[in-house]
Amino acid sequence: MADARIDAAAAAASTPQMSRGEVLLRGQGLTRRWGGLVAVNEVSLEIERGTVHAVIGTNGAGKSTLINLLSGEVPPSAGRVELLGQDVTDWTQPRRARAGLGRSYQRNTIYPSFSVFENCRLAAQASHQKPWQWWRSAQRCEVSRNAALKAARRAGLDDLLEREAGLLSHGQKRQLEIAMCLATAPQVLLLDEPLAGMGAEETDRMLALLDELKDGHAILLVEHDMDAVFRIADRITVMVNGSVIACDTPEAVRKSPDVQRAYLGTH
Amino acid sequence: MGTTTDRGKLAFVIACLALLAAYPLVGGKFGVDLVTKIMIYAIFALSLELLVGGTGLVCFGHSAFFGIGAYAAVLLSPQGASPSLLWILPACVVAAGVYAAFVGALSLRTKGVYFIMVTLAFAQMAYYVAHDTPLGGGTDGIYLYTKPVLGPLDLDSAGGIYGFTLACLAAVFGALAVLSRSRFGRALAGIRVNEQRMRATGFSTYPYKLAAFVVSGAIAGLAGFLFAVKDGFVNPELMSWHLSGAVLIMIILGGIGHLRGALIGAFAFSLLQEFFKSEAIFGAFAKHWTLGLGLAIIASVALLPRGLVGVPAQVRGRLTGRRGSAGSGGSHG
Repeated sequence: MADARIDAAAAAASTPQMSRGEVLLRGQGLTRRWGGLVAVNEVSLEIERGTVHAVIGTNGAGKSTLINLLSGEVPPSAGRVELLGQDVTDWTQPRRARAGLGRSYQRNTIYPSFSVFENCRLAAQASHQKPWQWWRSAQRCEVSRNAALKAARRAGLDDLLEREAGLLSHGQKRQLEIAMCLATAPQVLLLDEPLAGMGAEETDRMLALLDELKDGHAILLVEHDMDAVFRIADRITVMVNGSVIACDTPEAVRKSPDVQRAYLGTH
Repeated sequence: MGTTTDRGKLAFVIACLALLAAYPLVGGKFGVDLVTKIMIYAIFALSLELLVGGTGLVCFGHSAFFGIGAYAAVLLSPQGASPSLLWILPACVVAAGVYAAFVGALSLRTKGVYFIMVTLAFAQMAYYVAHDTPLGGGTDGIYLYTKPVLGPLDLDSAGGIYGFTLACLAAVFGALAVLSRSRFGRALAGIRVNEQRMRATGFSTYPYKLAAFVVSGAIAGLAGFLFAVKDGFVNPELMSWHLSGAVLIMIILGGIGHLRGALIGAFAFSLLQEFFKSEAIFGAFAKHWTLGLGLAIIASVALLPRGLVGVPAQVRGRLTGRRGSAGSGGSHG
C-alpha cells in the first residue's frame, strides 16, 4: 500500500498538468495564542498543486508558527487544517507526514553522523514502516533504498551518498533537508527558510530545484530573501504581527501600498 | 557484506567470547565466580546501552528491572524442588518486561532531566517494596535454595552457571547487534539523534521508545535472574540507585554508543573495583576503595571522552596529529 502511494506520488510528479491547481492544503481561520500573545491570528490560505506559495513577513510575524500549525507540530487554538480534502486538524504530526505532508526546518535537522544516503533512507522508511518486519536489516529494504536514491538524485546529491552528512557544506545540508522531505513521497512541502545562509550560487541551485519540484507538489515557502521569493513564488501571503495583510500574485503584492508600508520598504 | 571496520569489531567480540570460554580452564574458583559476576553486569550494561546509546534515553532507574528479575527468580521458585529453566527464566524476563512497560508508558511522556528523575522515582518505589514489605524479605533479603535445572545443565555448579551466563551474554550481544542494524534499530538511532525530525518525517516515536524500554528492561531482568541464581540470594540493594549509577558508569567508561563499550565498561568497572578493594595492594587504605575508584573514573572520563572503546582511534589521532573520529553515527558494534 505504501508502495502504491510512492508510485502515485511519482506518477503525479511526472504528470503535473493533470491536477495542477488542485488545492492540496488548506488552512481556515488558523489562530494560535501563547497566553496573551496572538502569534497567528485567523490566517486562512490555500496551497495548490503546481504552485509555490510564499509567506513573507518580518521576524516574529508568525510565519514559522503558521508552518507548525499546518504540519501539526503545534495544535491551533482555533481554526482547521485540511490536507488532500480531509480534515486533519486533530491528526498528529507523524500521521500528517505519512499522509503526504513534508516539512523542512529553519535550522538544519539532518542526522549529522549518518551518511547522506542513510539520512534519506531513514526518511523513506517512515513511509514504509512495516512493523511486522521490524527485525529485518534496514539496508535490505529495496523500497526504502530506491525511494532514498531517487530523492537524493532529485535533490542533486547523488555524488555524495556515502558522505557523512555533518561534513556537507551549508548549501548541501539544505539540499539534504529537501531530499529527506522528498524521500517520504510528500504531496505538500512546507519549507521554512530553505535559502537561509546560502551564497548566490547555492541560492540559484536551490531555486532551480524548487522550480523543478513545483511540478507535482504544492509548496509553501517561508523565506526572507525577497529577490528569491519574487523570482519563484506564484502567490505571496504577507504577514504582520500574526495577521495576513495581503495575499496575491507577486506583482500585486509588490504594488500594494499596505505591504510596502509594512514590510517591503522601497523594494 | 561488512566493511573492514565491521569485520574488526566482529573479530574483537569473537576473540573476547573465545577468551571467556577458555577462562575456566586456567582461572581458579574465585576468578570464575568473579568473571561470572562481571558477565552478568555486562548483560545488564548492554541492556542500558540499548536505551542510552541506542535511543538517547538516560534511564537512572535500571536497577529496578535487574532487581525484579532477581526477586522473581526467588519468589517464583517452588519450595524444595528445582524449577525448570524453561519456564522460570522466561517468567523472570517477562516480569521485568511488564514492569518496564508500566514505567516506560508513564516516564516516556517526560523528557531530559525529568525522565531521569521519574525513572529514578519508579526504581525507588520498587526498592521500598522489597525493603519494607514481607514480600521482599526486608533488609535481610531472601535465599534461593533450589537452582533451576534443564536436563544435564546444572546451574548450581560454578562451571554450569559460568557457561550459561556466557551463552546468555553472547546471545544478548548478538541479538542487540542485529537489532541495531534492523529497521527498528535505525529508527531508534534516528530518535537518538533528532526526535523532532523523526516525527516530522512520519515516525510516531513514542511506541518505538516504549518498545526499546521494554526490551531493555527485559534484558536487565535476565541479568537479575542470573545474579540471583549465581549467588542464591537477593536483597533490596539489587534495586538501589547505587546499582543504577554503577551500570551507567560502566557504559560511560566503556564508551556510549557502542555495544562493545558496554562489554568493556562492565569488565573495566568491576576489575577497577576489585583492584581498589585489594588489601594486598592498598593495605588498610583498601576500605576506602570508593575514593580510588571515583578518582579512576574521573580520570578516565576526562582523558578518554569517547570511553575505552575510543582509545585506538584516540591513539591513531595522536600519532597522525588528528582528532579521532567518533563514529557514533553508525550501527552499534
